[in-house]
Amino acid sequence: MKINNIQTLADWKLKEQKPEVVFWVGCAGSFDSRAIKVTKAFVSILQSASITFAILGQEEQCTGDPARRSGNEFLFQLLANQNIQNLNKYQVQKIVTTCPHCFNTLKNEYPELGGHYEVLHHTEFINELLKSGRLKIKGTSEFKGKKITYHDSCYIGRANGIYEAPRSIIEQLDLDLVELKRCKSNGLCCGAGGAQMFKEEEMGKKRINEERTQDIMESKASIVTANCPFCITMLNDGIKSKGKEEDILVLDLAELILNNIS
Amino acid sequence: MWTPFIFSFLFLGSVGIALYQFKQVFNKIRLGKPYKAKGKKIARLKNLLLIALGQSKMFKKWMPAIFHGFIYLAFLITQIELIEIIIDGFTGSHRFFHSYFNPVWYPWIINFIEILSLLAFIATLIFIIRRNILSISRLQKDELKGWPKRDANLILIFEILLIGFIFLMNSADMAIDDKGFWISGWISHFFKDLTANSVFVLERIGWWGHFIMVMVFLNYLPFSKHLHILVAFPNTYYTDIQPIGKIENMPVIMNEVREMLGIEILESEEKLHLKEDDNFGAKDITDLSQKTILEAFSCTECGRCTDVCPANITGKKLSPRKIMMDIRDRTNQFYQNRNQPNGSLFDFITNEEIFACTTCNACVEACPIMINPLKPILELRRYKILSESSGPSDWMPMFNSLENGQSVWAVNESRTNWIEQ
Repeated sequence: MKINNIQTLADWKLKEQKPEVVFWVGCAGSFDSRAIKVTKAFVSILQSASITFAILGQEEQCTGDPARRSGNEFLFQLLANQNIQNLNKYQVQKIVTTCPHCFNTLKNEYPELGGHYEVLHHTEFINELLKSGRLKIKGTSEFKGKKITYHDSCYIGRANGIYEAPRSIIEQLDLDLVELKRCKSNGLCCGAGGAQMFKEEEMGKKRINEERTQDIMESKASIVTANCPFCITMLNDGIKSKGKEEDILVLDLAELILNNIS
Repeated sequence: MWTPFIFSFLFLGSVGIALYQFKQVFNKIRLGKPYKAKGKKIARLKNLLLIALGQSKMFKKWMPAIFHGFIYLAFLITQIELIEIIIDGFTGSHRFFHSYFNPVWYPWIINFIEILSLLAFIATLIFIIRRNILSISRLQKDELKGWPKRDANLILIFEILLIGFIFLMNSADMAIDDKGFWISGWISHFFKDLTANSVFVLERIGWWGHFIMVMVFLNYLPFSKHLHILVAFPNTYYTDIQPIGKIENMPVIMNEVREMLGIEILESEEKLHLKEDDNFGAKDITDLSQKTILEAFSCTECGRCTDVCPANITGKKLSPRKIMMDIRDRTNQFYQNRNQPNGSLFDFITNEEIFACTTCNACVEACPIMINPLKPILELRRYKILSESSGPSDWMPMFNSLENGQSVWAVNESRTNWIEQ
């Protein structure tokens, strides 16, 4: 899928105009081939709803989430303060992101460092667009009739208490949601958080994503929706390790809705 | 006639010793770094009322919540009878509230206490069975072997004795003079063939037995996980009100970095600057906040945290409960050798444990009394990474690419390449 007309904050500044919102793409959204699909799906949604937006492009750096959580506060401060410098330079007010880790850091950890923004996760953002009518659902979902489940990411769920917005999207698509046995505030981690994504797991009986895949298999769902690029990677790997990649599809909520919007 | 004399001696003596022991616990908590809770007082007060007093978070598991609730309510309401025992003890009266006021509500209060005590008695028996016979995984983990398990059983036995003595006291009293207590009235039928003197002796055994057990219990608390019945209250009150996904800032490092980048230092943080001998994170309990040490003493080892920990569920060594127990044990050890402290928290907690954490906050969410095991885990990580430059070697490439390429992966392409793909 080719995307046109993506402008950076610098482009907008040249025009002496301001977009409605800044889309924080994140490392995964920029470089991970699976997550890029989600980035593009979300861009299509923004464009369908005629939302003016900008990315930071080269001026975006990792928010510092994995640095801080691994214990490397120096590195976190280095990245975070430069990001804040850039965002404040453009007087950014509203940010939307497809990554719960970026979301949590931007929303909860940047204010103490002098970065005050309204930060939304894309599931909240899409839900608001649907509720306000800027985004309308057309036709019947291609996933109608299939069993769909939803995996709460730790950083959207427990860390920030967002449980309803993602479910509301599934509901508005008129799809049937089956809950996993561990869901909402009891949701089980996919195994990627706390910079675990970037290291081998400690010795144990099994991998965390295999444990989570078990929950998904027990739900008998053929589609598992998620809201986080790292969860998507972990769940995909877990499903592959059980040889179920033909039976269970992992989708971001932006992808779930993509073909039903106008 | 000797009662007031012996009672006063025992009461004042054991309360005095207990207060001294509680002061020691207070001193241990003060070994930590000063701490100021974030969030409005009114919101924290609400937490105290709902979560500590109201036990709202217990109901994530409703069975233990109900049985624990019986014991908790019985404990609270029995204080009325304890106050009467203390007044009787000092003055030599018998059932002061009854003999002095002779109110209509007296039998009602005692009946209420007795009903809850019976429920608490049943709950305690269930807890003894659950802990020792049923195999509930969170009550069978390695960190509970030895003293923690004995501690748990000892408290349950204390509860049985406390309730048993009060029923003995009430029912013997009912055999002497019908005061309208239902449950002990029924028990008193067993005493109908005894002489008046024997019944009187039984009443005294119940009375003294209950009183002595209360004093034993009070003096045992400072050494037991059961201390939670007191410190859970300040612990919930002093818990920050903020999104649980937020990690504690390190203003000293923030200022250092801002200076390096030529960004203005925030006004409130002006004074905080790096010193030559600064250590980062936590190597020992003195590097942790007083709140974390308070949490360690509040922990009642229920294991709800460990039960939901993704690392523990999948067989890794990390157990959030063990982290809290280790902090408490190290604090005790440190305090004992406070003139010449040696060793560190890392004698108790290994790298393998702290680096297995996914920071998923499931443990934080699960704790019924707002303990946050993630905070000390992160402080320990910070020490390993920042002060020791150790930690998982897998993280080195990530650190390098974050530092040199500002991205979590080392990539050669531009951050906008996805547009063209």
